[in-house]
Amino acid sequence: MRYETVIGIEVHAELSTETKIYCSCKNKFGGEINTHCCPVCTGMPGSLPVLNEKVVDYAIKAGIAMNCEITKNSKQDRKNYFYPDLPKAYQISQFDLPLCHDGKIDIVVDGVRKSIGITRIHIEEDAGKSIHDAVEGKTLLDYNRCGVPLIEIVSEPDMRSSADAREYLDTLKAILEYIGVSDCKMQEGSLRCDVNVSLRPEGQKEFGVRTEMKNVNTFSGAIKGIEFEIKRQKEILENGGIIEQETRRWDDAIGESVPLRSKEEAHDYRYFPEPDLMPIVISDEHIKEIKDSIPELPHVKKQRYINELGLPEYDSGQLTQSKVVADFFEEVMRCGVEAKPASNWIMGDVWGMMNERYLTMETLPFTAQMLAKIIKRIGEGVISNTAAKQVLESMFETSKDPDVIIEELGLKQVNDESAILAIIDEVLKANPSSVEDYKNGKDRVVGFLVGQVMRASKGKANPQTVNQLIIDSLSKL
Amino acid sequence: MDYLSLSAWEIAEKIKNKEISAVEVTKLSIGRAKKLNETINGYITICEEEALKKASEVDAKIASGETLSPLAGVPYAMKDNICTKNILTTCASKMLYNFKPPYDAFVTKRLSDADCVLIGKTNMDEFAMGASNETSYFGPVRNPRNTDCVPGGSSGGSAAVVAADMAFFAIGSDTGGSVRQPASFCGVTGLKPTYGMVSRFGLIAFASSLDQIGPITKNPKDAALVMNIISAHDPMDSTSLDIKRPDYSENLDGDIKGLKIALPKEYFAAASEDVLSRIKDTVSALERLGAVVEEVSLPAADYALAAYYIISSAEASSNLARYDGVKYGFRAENFTDIMDMYRKTRGEGFGKEVKRRIMIGTYALSSGYYDAYYKKALQVRGLVKKSYDEIFEKFDIIASPVYSTTAFKLGEKLSDPVEMYANDLCTVSANIAGVPAISVPCGNGSDNLPIGIQLTGKPFAEDLLIKVANKIHSEGGRN
Repeated sequence: MRYETVIGIEVHAELSTETKIYCSCKNKFGGEINTHCCPVCTGMPGSLPVLNEKVVDYAIKAGIAMNCEITKNSKQDRKNYFYPDLPKAYQISQFDLPLCHDGKIDIVVDGVRKSIGITRIHIEEDAGKSIHDAVEGKTLLDYNRCGVPLIEIVSEPDMRSSADAREYLDTLKAILEYIGVSDCKMQEGSLRCDVNVSLRPEGQKEFGVRTEMKNVNTFSGAIKGIEFEIKRQKEILENGGIIEQETRRWDDAIGESVPLRSKEEAHDYRYFPEPDLMPIVISDEHIKEIKDSIPELPHVKKQRYINELGLPEYDSGQLTQSKVVADFFEEVMRCGVEAKPASNWIMGDVWGMMNERYLTMETLPFTAQMLAKIIKRIGEGVISNTAAKQVLESMFETSKDPDVIIEELGLKQVNDESAILAIIDEVLKANPSSVEDYKNGKDRVVGFLVGQVMRASKGKANPQTVNQLIIDSLSKL
Repeated sequence: MDYLSLSAWEIAEKIKNKEISAVEVTKLSIGRAKKLNETINGYITICEEEALKKASEVDAKIASGETLSPLAGVPYAMKDNICTKNILTTCASKMLYNFKPPYDAFVTKRLSDADCVLIGKTNMDEFAMGASNETSYFGPVRNPRNTDCVPGGSSGGSAAVVAADMAFFAIGSDTGGSVRQPASFCGVTGLKPTYGMVSRFGLIAFASSLDQIGPITKNPKDAALVMNIISAHDPMDSTSLDIKRPDYSENLDGDIKGLKIALPKEYFAAASEDVLSRIKDTVSALERLGAVVEEVSLPAADYALAAYYIISSAEASSNLARYDGVKYGFRAENFTDIMDMYRKTRGEGFGKEVKRRIMIGTYALSSGYYDAYYKKALQVRGLVKKSYDEIFEKFDIIASPVYSTTAFKLGEKLSDPVEMYANDLCTVSANIAGVPAISVPCGNGSDNLPIGIQLTGKPFAEDLLIKVANKIHSEGGRN
């Protein structure tokens, strides 16, 4: 029997607000253990939460960017469970009235466009971290992360393959980054996901029994986890077994998901309205204000690159995948570089050299203006293409201005015709047989002769000029 | 002169006039507190060192001619569920037997800024759950008027120390009558303000949507002066009201001609003969002063009690979940894993009554029961609010007993929690509806124990309640 995969994903994104969700502690990753916390975020007796309104704005921004309806009369609820890293033994979250609901985002997989429904987006606080066995046999607690604002983005079960999931996650990340509500730094855990997977016989309408996989901290982990889970469930079904509804934990180290708890052991979170906080009321004007602050989103930008800049679909997709790249690309263009050369340089040599050095767009050692200068110097005939690559290499190492590098490495092209003619004379004298061949109609020796001249000029002669002058010289003979 | 029997405003004037220094008053207060505490057990902690330091600062200010707040230098007591920086704050529970908060509650800070002198932390029912002050881990408090009797609860210690002149005033908290009922039992004045008038920041939560801090004082005028200090908007408490507060002491002696008083018959049904006659006498006295009195019906009252126990227990089950032995307070020994540590810590750290409420609350919030209990209780809450709104369309205040009887004997009701709960009938509705209510002495029963009358007002009517209470007080309510 053939099975269809059904996938739904919950993404937890840490918001990049200045301060935490319910207190004035700095919302900053890292820091000495238990230094970014206060009586409020550690839930000391008598402390009370006060909602950071920026968190609400950020969540609404995400909601609008994902085509959601905004809940104008919302509230917060307590989700009760015991865990040492949850100092109040409840998490302030949202239960039945999430800030945003019924949205969608579009993805394109193998050239086919499809919509993935967004069930809801709600705000909540993050928990601290348990540090196991740093002291043997003991668990230590770091409460720095307590109260870091999160949005949980819950998708509809609209994905049918791991490729769909991958595309959904990449698109989601790009949107969050574009609207500036999350740093999306996977390595710092600012995006985490829970994945729900089920299989059903092809053609069946009802969903199969699903499993939920928690603790997936990277997108590649999510994809691996989904693929593992599809295979696991398929094997069970094909052997006539039944899937247990359960929560599983993804173990990235061993590349497997392991059972965490069964349906019977599922928590009863005893949600109820948070009495320490007032309802959240949002006006139409405020929604409009936030809407107006949303920049051009990745899919819109991509379409614009195709239509207005004439870039190929592939280039447009690559350049708009992340906002840093798109911003960099647009800045290069703003300096007077045409779209296609700018795109070629970024996607080609810049990314090649960047990856060799384990750098990222955020850690490039030069500005877009500096790259633009290199590309412009080629057009101006100051340097050759080959020399330009040398300049870029050097810029990766020294961060120096391209003009300084050109000067220092003596890469300036020789455009002076008399100097080039002098070299041509030498080369022609040294290669009489080639000259003979030319006279006999063998045009292709021109390329060989140009190469010889370029070598003799140590690559500095302007190749176009060399080409023209050689033809002139040969025809005069 | 017996300085300790003076009221807060009277001693404040003597301190200001330099008839007696703040340090001397503080020493006198602490001396009596220590001596009587052996029988009364009203204090869990007496903070002599901190008190004397504060008092001498006040004396220095007086010496330098600084303008002082109206209650500067006056020794007071704080209920032990309100945070006091670096001073034990136990909630009368083994669970927090060693807890010293690293911060002051909003009210603590306000009182300190007003130069009041904190002399100790008062005993209470464990986590404010109880009406007799018998559930304290530190032992029961005794009623100064008859030490065989309970002082009421949960702010039993606060009421007892004020009644016994072991402090000039005290701060209590009231979730379902915990300021008013002990005030009634001990013969002092107790005010529960409108929900949101006094910041809950630093009040260790029992039931967040019902808890409200209020003063327990020797007379209504003191209540007004304390309210002037503690009632203010606090951005750290999202439920704190951002509205202008009146000077509560401004209109103490105004007349009450034409004041419309409602007497809901449901609140009188269970009252003892003594209570009934004292309340009737008092109401008649008010009538003679020009008030208009009418009996009304408040059918929602009966449901309010059930709703109260569901909502308060549900919130408590969540609020008290943080006491798990991980971070502060009591941690059980000899556990095998984290679950075992939780079980043992909570099993050993909480008393019977607290555990009972946590169980009730957890049950009421459980999936499958939520709609039948918690949701239904919230609907009743809406209904009670509506009934109060309707009464206040026609009346200025509601007068009723605080409690059906005078103070009962220690141990008398402890074995029957349901009866203990049922007697909160008259007090819980003010919390459910979020409206202010005051208890002021209106005479004694045949057992020579004090009886309080409860006056309930519409939101923000504290000043009216204090004024009417002051009339009753002047008419000879005290003793």
